[in-house]
Amino acid sequence: MLSTEATAATVAPPPTLPRTRPLYWSIRREIWENRSVYLAPLAVAGLVLFALLAGMLTLPGKLAGAVDAAQQYSFAIRPFRTAPAPVMAASFIVGMFYALDALYGERRDRSILFWKSLPVSDRTTVLAKAIIPVLVLPLIAFALSMALLVILLFPVTAILLGTDASPTRLWLEVLLEQPPIMLYGLAAHALWFTPIYAWLLLVSVWARRAPFLWAVSPIVLAVVERVAFQTTYVSTFLKWRVIGGMAEAFIPGPAAKGNVTRLVELDPLGFLGSPGLWIGFAAAVVFVAATVRLRRYRDPI
Amino acid sequence: MACIEARGLRKTYGATTALDGIDLRVEEGRILGVIGPNGAGKTTALNAILGLTSFEGQLKVLGRDPWTERDLLMRDVCFISDVAVLPRWMRVSQALDYVAGVHPRFDRAKAEGFLAKTAIPRTSKVRELSKGMVTQLHLALIMAIDARLLVLDEPTLGLDILYRKHFYDSLLNDYFDSTRTIVVTTHQVEEIQHVLTDVVFVNRGRIVLELAMDEFEARYLELMVKPEHIDAARELGPIHERQIFGRTILLFDHADRQRLAELGEARTPSLADLFVAVIGNKNEAFQPRGNAC
Repeated sequence: MLSTEATAATVAPPPTLPRTRPLYWSIRREIWENRSVYLAPLAVAGLVLFALLAGMLTLPGKLAGAVDAAQQYSFAIRPFRTAPAPVMAASFIVGMFYALDALYGERRDRSILFWKSLPVSDRTTVLAKAIIPVLVLPLIAFALSMALLVILLFPVTAILLGTDASPTRLWLEVLLEQPPIMLYGLAAHALWFTPIYAWLLLVSVWARRAPFLWAVSPIVLAVVERVAFQTTYVSTFLKWRVIGGMAEAFIPGPAAKGNVTRLVELDPLGFLGSPGLWIGFAAAVVFVAATVRLRRYRDPI
Repeated sequence: MACIEARGLRKTYGATTALDGIDLRVEEGRILGVIGPNGAGKTTALNAILGLTSFEGQLKVLGRDPWTERDLLMRDVCFISDVAVLPRWMRVSQALDYVAGVHPRFDRAKAEGFLAKTAIPRTSKVRELSKGMVTQLHLALIMAIDARLLVLDEPTLGLDILYRKHFYDSLLNDYFDSTRTIVVTTHQVEEIQHVLTDVVFVNRGRIVLELAMDEFEARYLELMVKPEHIDAARELGPIHERQIFGRTILLFDHADRQRLAELGEARTPSLADLFVAVIGNKNEAFQPRGNAC
């Protein structure tokens, strides 16, 4: 402890420093910097809305021509079941491009020297950049998808009422079942993709030029392997890591008969137990640790 | 406690030696100028002090090793690396919010006060500001941080004279006090000469001269010698000689002032002239005068 006598040459430290929230502000800053994080999914949601509203024009005709109530229902519910997918896909793609530029852009425009002049550790910085694709983007996708579904409820309900059908079942499924399914799908994919996001973050901190080329190098490897050795180990692995999440998350649970469409048919615990998920986490942890090390110890420019 | 203490500081990049055994001690409350030609190792030395690059030898900044204790050190140290590194997409209000949110020693009211004296609108983005305004913004943020050491690496590069003058005036009037230390590197030697308390000349990774400014004024003398006394003057052992507009000017170290006054006009040299004399003919590219932009 410093002696209590403060001489002219000694500075007594301030009694307590105000608490700062570096992780929170780093995440906010990422969103300020990368507006495509919400603008791109918003644009896709807008397009989907437009397309589906245009499709509403044919709905009354389809409903009138339906053979029974069940088929009527399936016509009415279809837009709601298909609307979220493009928005979610857009958010995952935006997440990948974001991760690839995350630590490369700051070296390219030299702003890294500004960030490094502030007391935000490299670990906090990298974590904030990892949280964007894993947590923030899926939440944005969920909010946009819900908004989309709610907006769609109005025209579809109006049409249904015009045909004397009850909209209650529709409303129940859209408002009570779909949100949890969407959240589950988003969460499952976000978790499944963590090693890919972490790989892209690592490439963005490591590559001196053309990070995109380095990022897709596994795909190039797969092609080379197939051409040179006629084997497909690498491409099978890659396919598993990209599409496997869908399969694993929606493996029919005990209550399902065939493909999963209803909430009770999900098997989240089964997904959490899948080894692919945990292998992915392990790889992601290794990549992120390497990323933090590189950002900390490499010469900034 | 010394603010910066370096002993045998070395840095090599493969076959190139950027720093070749630097010994330096900077006391608290000083303003140190680091002067040197391009490629002398100034930026490398500053990077080592800021924990941005590894090094060999001993280096302690505010009692800490900057490479291994960087995160702790950055609470007490701030730097401006170059005028241009504020992120171009950021709004002034966002910059204030962000620094306030992450820096425990940032005084937002002070920063707003500094900004109020400028013409910078709160909602504008950095890319919309002129270069001078970007420096003003960066300086406003920096001066509102209660740091113990401020490192400025060519902070006024490319700025016009009004902004340059304002930069150093603000630093001296509104920021500097005896508890803070400032380290500056710059090519515009004359401008900061009156601001510095200490100066260090660096060439080829080594310190070639280390001086406090009052010692500089006491030791060195420049003589514009009358033509008839040139030989007498030369006998007194000048360290440097140059011609300007047909007159000969000699630079002396520890010379007899009264004797010199008889031989011509004597005055305190500029730091730049001393620099040229010491580093001299080996580096033709250094411009001692004529930095008017």
